[in-house]
Amino acid sequence: MKRLTDERTKILFEKLAKYIGPNVQQLIDRPDGTYCFREHRDRIYYVSERILKLSECFGYKQLVCVGTCFGKFSKTNKLKFHITALYYLAPYAQYKIWVKPSYEQQFLYGNHIPKSGLGRITENAGQYQGVIVFSMSDLALGFGVLARSTTECKTADPLTTVCFHQSDIGEYIRAEDSLF
Amino acid sequence: MGRKAEYSEKQKKGPGRKARKQGPPKFPKKSFAPLDDEDKKLSHRQKQRVAKRDQKKIVQKAKLKEKRAQQPRRRKPYNSDSEPEEEEQQVEQPAESSDEEVPQLVPVQKKQKSNGYSDDNNDWLTLKSGKQQKKSVKSKEIELEEEDDEVSENEIEANSDEEAEEGDEDVNESLEEEEEEFMDDDNDAQIGKLDDLFDDDELISEPDQDQAIDSENGQESDEDDVDDDDDDDDDDDDDDDDDDGENKLPIERANKKLKKRQEKDAILSREEMQMSVDQSEVFHLPESGEDADKELSLQDVQQRIKDITQVLSDFGKFREEGRSRSEYVDQLRQDLCLYYSYNEFLMSKLMDIFKLSDLLEYLEASEIARPLTIRTNSLKTRRRDLAGALINRGVNLDPLGKWTNVGLVIFNSTVPLGATPEYLAGHYMIQGASSMLPVIALAPQEKERVLDMCSAPGGKGSHIAAVMKNTGVLFANDANRDRIKAVVANFHRLGIVNAVVSCEDATKFRNIMTGFDRVLLDAPCTGTGVVSKDPSVKTTKSEIDVQRCYNLQRKLLLTAIDCVDAKSSTGGYIVYSTCSVLPEENEWVIDYALKKRNVKLVPLGIDFGEPGFTKFRQHRYHPSLNLSKRFYPHTNNMDGFYVAKLKKFSNTIPITKEQQEADEKQLDEAIAADQPEAKTTTDKDAGGEEAIATDAATRKAKGKRAGKPTLTDVEQDLKKKKLEQSKTKYVANVFEKPIKVPKKPKVEQIVPPTQEPKENGKKKEKVQKNGHQASSSNLKPEPKPAAKLTKKLSEAKRVDLDEVPLLEGKPIKGQKQLKTKSKQLGQLKKSKKPTDKKQRFKK
Repeated sequence: MKRLTDERTKILFEKLAKYIGPNVQQLIDRPDGTYCFREHRDRIYYVSERILKLSECFGYKQLVCVGTCFGKFSKTNKLKFHITALYYLAPYAQYKIWVKPSYEQQFLYGNHIPKSGLGRITENAGQYQGVIVFSMSDLALGFGVLARSTTECKTADPLTTVCFHQSDIGEYIRAEDSLF
Repeated sequence: MGRKAEYSEKQKKGPGRKARKQGPPKFPKKSFAPLDDEDKKLSHRQKQRVAKRDQKKIVQKAKLKEKRAQQPRRRKPYNSDSEPEEEEQQVEQPAESSDEEVPQLVPVQKKQKSNGYSDDNNDWLTLKSGKQQKKSVKSKEIELEEEDDEVSENEIEANSDEEAEEGDEDVNESLEEEEEEFMDDDNDAQIGKLDDLFDDDELISEPDQDQAIDSENGQESDEDDVDDDDDDDDDDDDDDDDDDGENKLPIERANKKLKKRQEKDAILSREEMQMSVDQSEVFHLPESGEDADKELSLQDVQQRIKDITQVLSDFGKFREEGRSRSEYVDQLRQDLCLYYSYNEFLMSKLMDIFKLSDLLEYLEASEIARPLTIRTNSLKTRRRDLAGALINRGVNLDPLGKWTNVGLVIFNSTVPLGATPEYLAGHYMIQGASSMLPVIALAPQEKERVLDMCSAPGGKGSHIAAVMKNTGVLFANDANRDRIKAVVANFHRLGIVNAVVSCEDATKFRNIMTGFDRVLLDAPCTGTGVVSKDPSVKTTKSEIDVQRCYNLQRKLLLTAIDCVDAKSSTGGYIVYSTCSVLPEENEWVIDYALKKRNVKLVPLGIDFGEPGFTKFRQHRYHPSLNLSKRFYPHTNNMDGFYVAKLKKFSNTIPITKEQQEADEKQLDEAIAADQPEAKTTTDKDAGGEEAIATDAATRKAKGKRAGKPTLTDVEQDLKKKKLEQSKTKYVANVFEKPIKVPKKPKVEQIVPPTQEPKENGKKKEKVQKNGHQASSSNLKPEPKPAAKLTKKLSEAKRVDLDEVPLLEGKPIKGQKQLKTKSKQLGQLKKSKKPTDKKQRFKK
């Protein structure tokens, strides 16, 4: 567990802001104790400071995971959010889209969302805005990036992709080995 | 819209349609014979006949009165009042009927009553002219649902008989008719009638009468006189005397028949029972060598199991003279091994644990899979909501039981439960019912520090976190780096944020961190309780595996106890659980810990399950061990499970430091002695693999021939030898190594646990001695089971395939270990030290 470098911190918060905007503040200033981001083997963990201290007993190699894993830095210093970040992203999400029940399963298998699978969408979302994907029963399914802005979505024909898939909860099964 | 419909209707309406529906009424053609005229006018001869009949009837009546006066007493028991009358009437018939020539034609005409006409018919009509009669005929037709042809023909006569009783004249007339009818049906019956009369007079019992009738009426009699005399009786009697027809409805008759048949069946079955009892009473136990060469089907084996259990249930009564109980028990064990494809070791253990009746139930229950259960993740949803969501997806489920408020049992499902969006969103975890018990027993509180020592795949760990509501800290540890991924994945999926997941050797945990409020130790075990999940357990586990397990378990439990802080305000509890039913891995381990640490057993807080053993064979455990609980598949419908809850009441360790170290060493070496064995076997695989390969080849070839005993004797011998060799090699590895090593304690730790648990560090010398003895004695008997096993291998068709893992399981396991090791090495090029350390440890 080590502190993030300034550069990586910057990348992380930029990325976070993409999905939850100003709500990033709420991740840091929490009423229930201090929480912090830590890096462990290129992975970003978000954890209470209290737990973090306790985890310091373990050796570098023996420690597998503390708190919640947000994502992983690639060798080229690019951050990719894992689906495990959804636990914190979903409640603070600013822009959401809802997929129709018929398209839920498609999305969970890693497909982009076409207009025909789109149930609802937050107003005023611009193109390439990070969004959280929900099912119509408000179950967070994953997150992605809008391919079209909200207004464009309304006029788009049914087969055009409106949201690029980035991560979905199906990855818990599909990518268990590579995630952790 | 409405109009259109109307139009179409109108179009359809029409005369044609109606005409189709009901055809034109058909009226019977008027008979050409002028009925009315003829009715009244009788021919001369007819008149004569009528006169004659009247006369005769008067005579008859007189006779009847006489008879009645004579025989009222006799009649009473026989039948109702009306019957005798009729019978007597019929009795008279033959004399009369002989005079008449008409009868042959009558039945034909009767069928066309309405339109037909003939002299006789006419006669009949005039006689019954009253409207009343007709009415009664109809009503009677409805009342008596008589299907027999004869009966239907005679309906009218029957009715007429009834009326006959009313008026004298009527009686006469109807009588005549009857006579006519009777003649029509069969003339032979005349004799019958005479007999009847005779019978009546003499009052011979019914069956005789029936037989007489049977003999007369050739058509019906021959079928089955004895069985169906009632039947015949009814059929015949309808003609001559209507007593049955009147008093007994067809249902009643059928009932009578049925009763007779039932009686017969009962007699037959009784006889059969007698036979079977006679057979089973003498169960012959085959001699030891007797059935070795005999081919036995599974049914035979099953039957023998039943027989032996019966014998053992009341040994004094059912035993064969000169056979000891142990002979029966041995045979039973062999049969059970064969039938359920267990190995002898495990079966004998199970036979020690269970009563005979329970054993069979347990074995049967172990063959069946337990119901699929899920645990609601109370962090994300509620059970009711989850149940609703799953029901919408086509899952049929029910709450698991009163003891849990998060469990659901799944009966069937149209979707894969491990891939529903609810599952992926972490609303539930697929988890056996039994694995919820340790957490319920642990009862973690909020804001506690809890350790789950062997957590993979994270089911119990996540349950703990859910109970703590994501507060406090949960340390989930597992020694296996491959399996730890599942823990991380599950924790993230279920939204657990207060967890620290580590991959430490749990036995070293006290060096890393202590002071936990609660520790859950779900120890690695042989898995003898989850045979339904993993049937390979039945054949692969041996004494050595059990030994290896409980040595590790003891060490883990001591570590777990050391990790707990006895001064914790809320906790200080340790829960120990295994999915094994063997007392060696359960009560014995706890008993060991009770002696070594300041802990006591406390109740679990679970109100079902069976209490743990306080004594098992020669062992005597601490009496408080009955506070621990055992769960069995056949009683609780969950996997075989053991849960014990310990409370640490003092942080001080009751034994001295040296003793402690000695114990530690002892356990370490025991474990170490176990592990190199696994390693060496993997090393030896190069040599041993050939044997296995050839063995596999022969087995494969055998498999093709579908279980026929095709191996020649030479081949079998070879096979046996090879197996024996490999087995002895294997055994030697285990027991040799400690002997070779100059340090003596090494021998001691392997053995003393098996021999006597009570002798610990204090009587070291003795123990050592014992150890030597035991090791030498253990060396001897060990090959024996192997030989037996091979013998059975050659004998039993079914067991063959199942035992494959016995040979192949271990090398593969070892290889896997090696692989993972190499993986680890590859992953961490920098830090070679830790791996080195580990290896050193194991050595």
